[in-house]
Formats: sequence, structure tokens, C-alpha cells
Amino acid sequence: MIATRIALGIGLLFIVSVVIFGATELLPGDLANELLGQSATPETLAALREQLGLNDPAPVRYWNWLTGALTGDFGVSMANGRPIADLIGARLGNTVFLALYAAALSVPISLILGVLAALWRNSIFDRAANAGALTAISFPEFFVAYILVLWLAQTGLFPSMVRINPTTTFGDRLYMTFLPALTLMLVVTAHMMRMTRAAIINLMASPYIEMARLKGMSPLRIVLRHALPNALAPIINVIALNLAYLITGVVVVEVVFVYPGLGQLMVDAVSNRDIAVVQAVALIFAAAYVALNLLADVLSTITNPRLMHRR
Amino acid sequence: MNKPMMTGSAFAPSRRGVLKGAAAIGAAGLILPHTTTSATAQTRGGTFRIGIGHGSTTDSLDPGLWEHLYVQTFGQARHNYLIEVGADGQLKPEIAESWSSADGQTWVFAIRQGVSFHSGKAVTAADVVASINHHRGDDSTSVVKPLLAAITDVRADGNNVVVTLEAPNGDLPYLMTDYHVPVLPSADGKVDANTTDGCGPYVVESYEHGVQATLNRNPNYWKSDRAWFDRIELVSILDPAARLNALITGEVDLIDQVDPATIGMLESRGVARILSIPGNAHYGFPMDSRQAPYSDNNIRLALKYALDRQAMVDVILGGHGAVANDNPIGPANRYFHAEMEAKTYDPDKARYYLQQAGLTSLDVTISVADAAFSGAVDAGAMFSETARAAGINMTVDRVPNDGYWSNVWLNPNGTTPFCATYWGGRAVEDHMFTTAYAAGADWNESFWDNARFNELLVKARSEINEDLRREMYHEMQQLVSFEGSTIIPMYNNYVMALSNKISTPEQISSNWNFDGFRCVERWWMA
Repeated sequence: MIATRIALGIGLLFIVSVVIFGATELLPGDLANELLGQSATPETLAALREQLGLNDPAPVRYWNWLTGALTGDFGVSMANGRPIADLIGARLGNTVFLALYAAALSVPISLILGVLAALWRNSIFDRAANAGALTAISFPEFFVAYILVLWLAQTGLFPSMVRINPTTTFGDRLYMTFLPALTLMLVVTAHMMRMTRAAIINLMASPYIEMARLKGMSPLRIVLRHALPNALAPIINVIALNLAYLITGVVVVEVVFVYPGLGQLMVDAVSNRDIAVVQAVALIFAAAYVALNLLADVLSTITNPRLMHRR
Repeated sequence: MNKPMMTGSAFAPSRRGVLKGAAAIGAAGLILPHTTTSATAQTRGGTFRIGIGHGSTTDSLDPGLWEHLYVQTFGQARHNYLIEVGADGQLKPEIAESWSSADGQTWVFAIRQGVSFHSGKAVTAADVVASINHHRGDDSTSVVKPLLAAITDVRADGNNVVVTLEAPNGDLPYLMTDYHVPVLPSADGKVDANTTDGCGPYVVESYEHGVQATLNRNPNYWKSDRAWFDRIELVSILDPAARLNALITGEVDLIDQVDPATIGMLESRGVARILSIPGNAHYGFPMDSRQAPYSDNNIRLALKYALDRQAMVDVILGGHGAVANDNPIGPANRYFHAEMEAKTYDPDKARYYLQQAGLTSLDVTISVADAAFSGAVDAGAMFSETARAAGINMTVDRVPNDGYWSNVWLNPNGTTPFCATYWGGRAVEDHMFTTAYAAGADWNESFWDNARFNELLVKARSEINEDLRREMYHEMQQLVSFEGSTIIPMYNNYVMALSNKISTPEQISSNWNFDGFRCVERWWMA
């Protein structure tokens, strides 16, 4: 079953690659034009187009790129001639670091808040947690980010921008990226927390919970031992979705905190018509989505004995 | 997206008439107080961190492709040029110790000896020849190729470099100050365009395209009175709010493109000051003069009288600029024509010119995007409002920033004859005119073709008599202003914000932003 899913995932990625290529073909202007900007003259344009190989027909360029990508070689950036692997490498690391950091903050917090909110359903705590999380998710990201900058950066507690050097230590990195991670945490917590709460509350009405309660178990034990394992599948799915979002959708936060991640690279590449980079990054994003959803599927299968031991 | 070459030589603060003193007030009120307090003794040391609102992963190291403030400043930090434009607008020797020409057609540059690249290799005449040739020839992708097209030959002669032109041009030394033409190390007559090596004040330590660059002082730099900082850090911060935050929280010391709306708030913080430097940079609205109705000069004049220039300076530039009289030659130019009749907002006059064209009302569409200049969309809306009183119905078509320069500017599809533009200004009149007003020029955005103007342009280039030359340039400015097809309502200042930790010389160059990009070597820690 897992093998079929992986095969499906690869097929999906292939379709995505075709779509990505088609979409970038539709953009107005081409790389040579964007590179020279207002300074483009027919002569220099022609010379640059020739150098960049933009005169090949679309299918040829697609095939060359796809075969390269399969062997791990995304080719060179059309804009500055540097290998795309180099361009993406450091930024992918930054993006994954920020995503994991934000996940490390938000997943435990939303699980704990979700379980407690389910436990003390309709209490002041439940309402406060819900209201707080919903308020945070309702503000646009950049607004949350600017508020945090105003409160925490302009007072000197944390830096307002992230500057990572090769010499930056892990501790410094955690400190510097705290504000972007906190922003992302505020943005994604509501989703996971409310899903946890809803899934558990849904199960609390089940007969076996009733039974456990009649046996005289403590409410906390009922939730953790009996309700939570059965609620894991939807929770895992929503966590996977949010992780995928943290990797692919944080360009606004990157811009506000000057964080050199993949999102900014993607935006840069689109506005500069650096098609090769756009395709590579889009493929990575698509792969992240497919892989995380696959992982969520596999994990929810494992947590569900009925699916694991199907006859 | 800047176009090549530069603004202003010889900035003269005393002038009258069309400027209404706005730029002069800018110069006196904004620059001088800062400089009198901050002109402390120069000291060595410190790190100068600059936050720049440009920069992307596609930025090239190749100087022939440079086009925005990040790469310009980064280039200036690591390279030297043949000739420098001083803060006073005068030419100063740099790698060229001296230069001369007997006839204006053959120029001899004496190359300074004893200067070396960061790699240790000595700077030779051959390097200079290869650096110039990088921008010439069929396979060159340099954006200044058209500008250097008049050069027929470049050769080394001992320690001299001899440049031959197809026709005399007294302004060649100015061409050699263009930021696209740094002196690069060469081998076998070819430069390595993608090197970070140079003979400039700072040695590159690291460069992450579109993120940041770090440079350390060149210990062997030949100038003893320059390059005060130990270290330069250039950070690309595209978001205006993030840039401002970085300055307020002390993450950077200098930022560009300060939003006029935030200036008051920034000044009240007391950590930084605003530098507002008037130059020749200008914003404008070119009209395709080949296309009706813009082919009729009466229509063009009607439009020129139908906008409120002062209001645009006040609103769009927040007062950080000066009114322009449809003249691309700015007050910082040598032959600026200050006595020209000023065009003011005058709906009656506009109506009069409409009648001259046989019309009582006119429908036009202006295509604007903030890619042309920040505030272009608002400027279009203001234009449309004021034009209504003159019987001109102007539709403001807001077009996407993306692809503006390829799909809208220069009217490539014939559907955008009236749009917005900006120019960085040029050090010499000839550059500005040759680049954007000469018939057939690649960037002649209004496709203007005026026989008298074209004749004068060629004549003025080789005229030796200073008075005659001035007269010719005045006549050309008159022609462009009253018969030309580009509306130029304002000269925009370079507005930057500088931390109080940094000192500047008394005079800051009006030739490009950031003290002619040379803040890295001219400024110091307070």
C-alpha cells in the first residue's frame, strides 16, 4: 500500500513539473528582457538570449531540465550562471530550520492547549485559548510580525532582522530567528489546536469513553490514554499540512525579517524570469507537500490498528 | 532599474525662476545643518552597515549588467575607476593620473603606477584596455555598449591608454566615470567579468547574492585619505518597513528610499538623520510622438499646462525634490537653462492649445505603474484630476509592475503611447540628450525627432568655444521643453537616512545616490 502511494506521489510530481513548466512559459517578457530591464536594446537582447539558450523550443528546454533534475542537477541559474543547487542549498537549509523551529514551538503548544481545551470544555480557559488563537490567525502575517517588531525588537530584546553568517552559532541562530518563528507559531497554532480539541471532543461522546469514565478513571488519563490515540489521524494530517505551509508559504515573514529563505528566492526568480530557479523551487515545494502528506498517510495508518491489520 | 551614466556635475545652489528655490531650500535646509554638526575629524575603524532596498539572487558580478543601487554600491566598494566625479562635481584622477586630448578625438589617459588588485597583481594599461573593451564589440552584453559605440579604438601605449573616437567629443572623460566601467583584472586581453577582485578600497570577504556582502579594508589601498571604515556590510532589505526598523534598532547605519511619510517619525527618534540630496534625477511622462494625438505639439503643450507640478513635488516627493520644466537637464548640470519660461498649472492655456489643435475636449489614457517610480500611480491620478479643468479626460490605466519596462515603456505594442518613466540624470548634457532625445536612440522613449535639435546635438559635442556651446545647449533645452514629447514635472532628491554614528563630509555628491555610491570610502565613524 505504501509503495502504491509513493508511486502515486512520483506521478503527481511529474504532472506538477509539466504544469510548472507550462505556467512559467505563460509569463510576459523573458529573462533577457528582465535582466537588462529598462536598458534592453534589441542588440544586447539578441546577444544575451543567444548566450542563455532561450532560443530553443519549449519542449527541448523542458526535457533538458527534467533529465537534469532527476540526477540531482538543476542546472545553472539563467540569470547569473551559478549552479542552482548552490543557490538553493543554503536557503533550503534556512527554510527547513525556520519551519522546524516554528514547528517545535507550535506543535507541543497547540497539542497541549488542544487537549486542555477539550478537557475543560466551555470553561474560561477553553474560551480564552480559542479566542487568542483565532485572533492571532485572523491578523495578516505581516501585521503580527510588525507588532512583534514593535514590542520585542524596538525595545531591544530581539533583533528586527536575521543575519546568518557561516560563523553564526546554533544558539545565536535560535535567538536571531525567534521573532520569525514566533510569528509563524501564532499563525499556525489555531489550526492545530482547534483540530486537536475537536477530534478529542468528538471521541468523548463514544461508548468506550463512557465506560472508562464509569470505571472511575481520571479525566486526564481518559483523554491521554483512550481518546488521544484514536484522534491522532486527523491531528497528524493537520500538522503535516501546517508543516508544508511552514516550508512553502512563509514569504511574507521572510520579507519582513529579511530572512534568506526559499520563498524570497522564488519571488526573486519569478520577477527576474529566472525560469530555471522558479522550476527548481516550485518542484521542491511540490515535493515537500507530497512527501509530508505521504508521511501523514503512513503515520495515520500506523496509529490505526484497523488499517494496519486489515484482512 | 537605473539607466547608465550619471547625474550632476557642478551643483550650483544659487539659481532662480522655475525652481522657486525648492531645491535650494533643500540644499540649505537639509544638507548643511547635518554637515556642520557631523563634520568631525575623520577617524579610522568601525563597521559601516548599509541596508539597501534592492538586490536579488539574479544580481550579476558583471559590471556590464549592473542596474541598481545594491550592485552599484557593492561595485564602488571593491573597484576603482579611471576617473572619479568628486563631491563638488569636478572630475578627479583615480586610476588615470591625468588625461588629455589635442583635438577631442584622440584621448590619452596616463595610468597610475604602483596600484595593485586585491590579488596582488599590478594594475596595468592592458587591464584598462580590456576593461573598456568589455563593453564594446558584437558579443558584448553590456548595457553601456551604445554609449561607448563612438569609440573606434582602445590601445595601450606604455603606461598610457589611447582612446580614439569616430568624432571629437569633449565629454569623453565623463564617460569614463560611468559606474559600469570599473578597472578589472585581465588576462590575454580579456577581463574576468565575474570576479570579485578589484583595485578598490575594500576586499570582498563574502557575497551571498541578494542577501548580503561583507568586505574588509584593502590594506594596500593607494589612497591615504579615503576608506575610513575597517569593514563594510551591505544588506539587501527590500521591505521599506523592515529597512526603517533595521535603522531604528541599529542593525544598519544607512538606508535608501525612505518613505516621506515616515520621515517625521524617524527624526523624532533621535537615532538617525535624513539626507535629502538634490540632483538631476527626474520623473516624467513620455508620449509617443509618432502616434496621434501626441504627434501634434499643441496637444503636447496642452498636457504640459494641465498638471500642477508644485503639488506633485509636495505630494509625490513629500517636498524632497524640485519643480522641473519638462527639462531633463537638471540644475546640477553645467549648462542648465534656468531662465526658461516656467510652465505653471494653467487650464486656460491648456484649453487654448487644445483649440489650436482644433479640439474642445480630449480623451487620453496614461499607463502607470509604481515600477516607473514610486508614486507614479498617484501622480497619474493627480494629473488626471488637474487635466479635467482643461477639458482633458485622462483615464489612469494602472498596469502591473511586473514586465513594465518590457511591455509598457517604449510603447512596444502600440497601446501604451503615454506612460511614466524615470531617469537617474546624467553628468553631462550630451549623455542625457544622446540617450533619450536623439532621433533613433534606443531609449528615445517619446520617439521624438526634431531636425534642429539633432543638428545642434552633433554640433555641440565638438564645439570648443564655451559660450557658443552653452548657447547651443540652452537652445536644445528650450526645444525639448516646448516642443519635446516628454512631460517632466519634477526632479526627485536622493533621500536616505543615516545613523548618528556616521559622519559625512560637508559636501555630499549630487551625482547618484549614496554620495555617488562612494559613501563607503568617503564617510567615517563619528
